Amino acid sequence: MITIQKLGFRYASGEFRLDIPNFQVSGGEKVAVIGHSGSGKTTLLNLIAGIMIPLTGTVSVEDTQVSALGDRERRDFRISNIGFVFQDFELLDYLTVFDNVLHPYRITGALKLDQAVRGRAEALTQEMGIGDKLKRNPNDLSHGEKQRVAICRALLPQPRLILADEATGNLDPDNKTLILDLLFSAVTDHDATLLAVTHDHELLKRFDRIVDFQEFQNKEAA
Amino acid sequence: MIDSLYIAWKYISFNKVKTATLVACITLISFLPVALERLLNESEKQLMSRAVSTPLVIGAKGSALDLVMNTLYFDDEVPELITMEAANRVMDSELALPIPLYVRFQARGNPIVGTSLDYFAFRGLRIAEGRQLAVLGDCVLGARVAESLGLKAGDSLVSSPETLFDLAGVYPLKMKLAGVLEKSHTSDDLAVFVDLKTAWVIQGLGHGHEDVTKLQDPTLVLKRTAKNVAATAKLYHHTEITEKNIDGFHFHGDLAQYPLTAVVAVPQDDKSETILRGRYLTREETRQIVRPADVIDGLLQNIFRIKNVLDAVISVVAFATILAIILVFALSLRLRQREIQTIFRLGCRRATIARLLAAEILIIVIMSGVFCGALIFVVNQFSNDLVRMLFIR
Repeated sequence: MITIQKLGFRYASGEFRLDIPNFQVSGGEKVAVIGHSGSGKTTLLNLIAGIMIPLTGTVSVEDTQVSALGDRERRDFRISNIGFVFQDFELLDYLTVFDNVLHPYRITGALKLDQAVRGRAEALTQEMGIGDKLKRNPNDLSHGEKQRVAICRALLPQPRLILADEATGNLDPDNKTLILDLLFSAVTDHDATLLAVTHDHELLKRFDRIVDFQEFQNKEAA
Repeated sequence: MIDSLYIAWKYISFNKVKTATLVACITLISFLPVALERLLNESEKQLMSRAVSTPLVIGAKGSALDLVMNTLYFDDEVPELITMEAANRVMDSELALPIPLYVRFQARGNPIVGTSLDYFAFRGLRIAEGRQLAVLGDCVLGARVAESLGLKAGDSLVSSPETLFDLAGVYPLKMKLAGVLEKSHTSDDLAVFVDLKTAWVIQGLGHGHEDVTKLQDPTLVLKRTAKNVAATAKLYHHTEITEKNIDGFHFHGDLAQYPLTAVVAVPQDDKSETILRGRYLTREETRQIVRPADVIDGLLQNIFRIKNVLDAVISVVAFATILAIILVFALSLRLRQREIQTIFRLGCRRATIARLLAAEILIIVIMSGVFCGALIFVVNQFSNDLVRMLFIR
């Protein structure tokens, strides 16, 4: 699913440097990425999503070499194939829950919003237990509910890859488990791959594979 | 674009205060110059049409503008008074038809215009209901006065005292409403017309009381001689002119010396006008003769000079407002950086973000345009009344 080869990246400003000689994630895998703050976990997600471009090497998702795509193609590829779940949910407070879930369809021409999509959105929100809150404003929801909305938004375009950046970071212990359960079952149901950056070590055992970013970088460097 | 408009509309309707402030700013800054232009054009039209249709006005020397505004628009500012002799002089000259005017008193906030029947013919005013002025104490109302006071022929209307606490001043006179004029869409709609003599009765120059020669109460008689009886202040004066007491009303002294505010002179022809104007040019002359069109033209030139200044001020304010609006959008963009970053990470193109912001601006501009259009429509509909309310009576 994800193939990274000889990747080199450096921010234009600052001394941070990320080098990944080789990294692969298979389809359907649920991989946790851990590491201390500033080690480059979020940068890795951004590189995989094509938000950032490596200086050297290649990043491929399925058969598409993301790093070789033009700006427009990368965005279209991202919105159609990659679902993002953020730590702070990043919902728009001026849209209803339902509009937030449909939002990716309204900001790109790569996705077509039709009745089938709306039906799927309704089913997905039911599945996530927020079906009765579709007309509510995100500000009226609990953190757990907000993250469910964010997961629905990420899953609706039926992406092959879900990138979760500290998706459970802002949740209480009960909600962490619940959201991870939902995320795992949704990823399984939708036959997707999950790459999740997390600091929650108690949840790690549930992932198929754990990549410790520090060790990973040291090992790769050695 | 429809999706962009939808999201923009959601954002705008969620941030109501910000949107309302922006819309109000844009609406006002677009509406003000248009409304000002419209109102000034309407005022020019109204002022000039009445001024042009009034050939000459004779009044006391002093402010020509006060004289014209009082004579044409029954303005509250009463010019220096002249006497009825001024009207007689025009009549005697046979150069023009004199129409005397005494515009000094009010009835329930509306000016009482003391004049002769010639005035109605001169202005083309027709009776819509009731009859024309016939006897002392009658009044005829302009259409809008009758409408606003809810009066009809047969009702009565009481004149107002000039000052509330002046016991020695003008006493109220209960006037009988003889008729109501047809609407003329001029200042005449807002006036109460009486005969000159009725106006003088209101002032107290003419009055009615019981026959002093038949007084029995000694406290009412100050001095009694064979030819004359002087009454005391205790003598009751009538405050209403009725069929029974009308014969008791009388005027003391020479009517030629009774006051007027102005005389409208309607010359026979251009030559008569020139001759008549020439007669008021001597240094000893205590009266002036003016062409209202010239006076109003001067006034309008001043108004338009002020309008130019206002236009400049509005332009500066508009520029400042536009800068403020740009600042609001720029600050709003900063505040929304995170939101923009999120949709950017989701896969939104920069052009789509620009389109979303453009859609917000478009909606705000359209809303402002609609409000501005509605306000301009209201101004257009009521410009006639607004001009009268703001600039003239």
